[in-house]
Amino acid sequence: MKIKTLLYNIQQGIVNIKRNKLFSLASVATIAICIFLIGMFYAVVVNFNYMIDTLESRLCVTTFFDADISQERVEELKNDISKRVEVSKIDYTSAEEAWEKYKEIYFGDKAELAEGFKDDNPLADSASFTIYLNDAEMQDTLVKYLEQLEGIRQVNASANTASTLSDFGKLAGYVSVALIAVLLAVGVFLIGNTVMIGITVRKEEIGIMKLMGATDFFIRAPFMVEGLMIGLAGAIIPLLVLYLLYNRIIGYLLSQFRSLETVAVFLSTQEVFKVLTPMALIIGGGIGLFGSIVTMRKHLRV
Amino acid sequence: MIILENVSKSYSAGAPAINDISIHIEKGEFVFIVGDSGAGKSTLMKLMLKELEPTTGKIYINGKFLNKMKRRKVPMLRRDIGMVFQNFRLLNDRNVYDNVAFAQRVVEVPSKVIRRKVPAMLSMVGLAQKYKSYPRELSGGEQQRVALARALINNPPILLADEPTGNLDPKNSWEIMNLLDEINKRGTTVVVVTHNREIVDAMQKRVITIQKGIIVSDERKGGYIYEN
Repeated sequence: MKIKTLLYNIQQGIVNIKRNKLFSLASVATIAICIFLIGMFYAVVVNFNYMIDTLESRLCVTTFFDADISQERVEELKNDISKRVEVSKIDYTSAEEAWEKYKEIYFGDKAELAEGFKDDNPLADSASFTIYLNDAEMQDTLVKYLEQLEGIRQVNASANTASTLSDFGKLAGYVSVALIAVLLAVGVFLIGNTVMIGITVRKEEIGIMKLMGATDFFIRAPFMVEGLMIGLAGAIIPLLVLYLLYNRIIGYLLSQFRSLETVAVFLSTQEVFKVLTPMALIIGGGIGLFGSIVTMRKHLRV
Repeated sequence: MIILENVSKSYSAGAPAINDISIHIEKGEFVFIVGDSGAGKSTLMKLMLKELEPTTGKIYINGKFLNKMKRRKVPMLRRDIGMVFQNFRLLNDRNVYDNVAFAQRVVEVPSKVIRRKVPAMLSMVGLAQKYKSYPRELSGGEQQRVALARALINNPPILLADEPTGNLDPKNSWEIMNLLDEINKRGTTVVVVTHNREIVDAMQKRVITIQKGIIVSDERKGGYIYEN
């Protein structure tokens, strides 16, 4: 297509939008709302997943050994356990290290109080593995495996947190995908209606164009431009709003729910918008084009 | 230039709109097609523009075989045919200049050429002074002249006029017919579908008469023979 033709079609697309201001505005608003909600869901879901990931990375299983275990057996166990798929990292804490830690926590700067235990480590049996998991869901399998290992006296794992967290994450994901799908359908429908009105208004003009030998593409291009521009406008507006709101909302959440601070780790604006911006533009432009093409297939037989 | 061979067109059950019609129109001819409403004239025009497909028979326009033509080639066919209608079909939101220029824009003629050709064409139809007027500000005759300018601006080898004088008074009708005659003399093949007995009789051109979907007469130089 020639540049001039392209410019002419863009101009005609703008003329369509202007002629049809109210409907165009309604379409832009609907798509803006859709994409605003998509953006919100996205921000919530990615942040939620990020939190779960962070929590999961903190999630660990601790094992203690039989009293008479040899250092060789400990090494052997460490090797075996670290080979498991569930395991992301395994740390060994010797009895001495455990005592050092304990002293630090409970005696603090009054270290001299602990001097009495100097040659008689009260935590002599407290050497342990701290095993970090790849995925919270794998905890049960790993615990079962650890319990049947020879030389392991006790396995400590947090009971239900792990699976509850990942179940909730999945549910939130499903619900938001369903809602977004419904909203997208509404967006396509509204753009389709806007374009249909444009086609109806320009029926005579289109008829004349056909008789004069305008190509299908030439007749359709202005409507595609119209759909695309409405879709993009519907994406840019909520992006701006979300961009301005994002940090404020996080600040608000943290100030309102102080208890969250320990678990709530949020992604930065840049990290969220790095994905959200192209996603919103593609979705907006996509439903714009899709809506107008579907409508033209139905109502614009050229 | 225009060849129809044993063309029939049926819409549904019942009598066909056009029944086994054969017409040969040479390059540079001026032809009237006459017949009362429902005779099949509109169907005939739609077949030539490939708005309709014939049920049987073959159609050739300017060397193009329409039956086998691909859909995406149809615009090229329509560029060979200038169309004029009874109700003018001008775009009322555009002035005279833009209405004529529109025909060139939609076939992607460069703006430079448009700026040169539109005023020349408007002078030819005698509307050079009124290029800024809107259709509603013009008389019927003037509107039809704009429509003619629009139909001719892309130099089509064929001009199809569907009742071009149907909405005009006798004086304006004659002006339009004289313009069509002049266009024909410059080499364009002109086909006029009309009811206007006076004009057909006076101009003494080839007259094809259609009645109930069949050709009842084809006179080299004739008048309006059909009587109710």
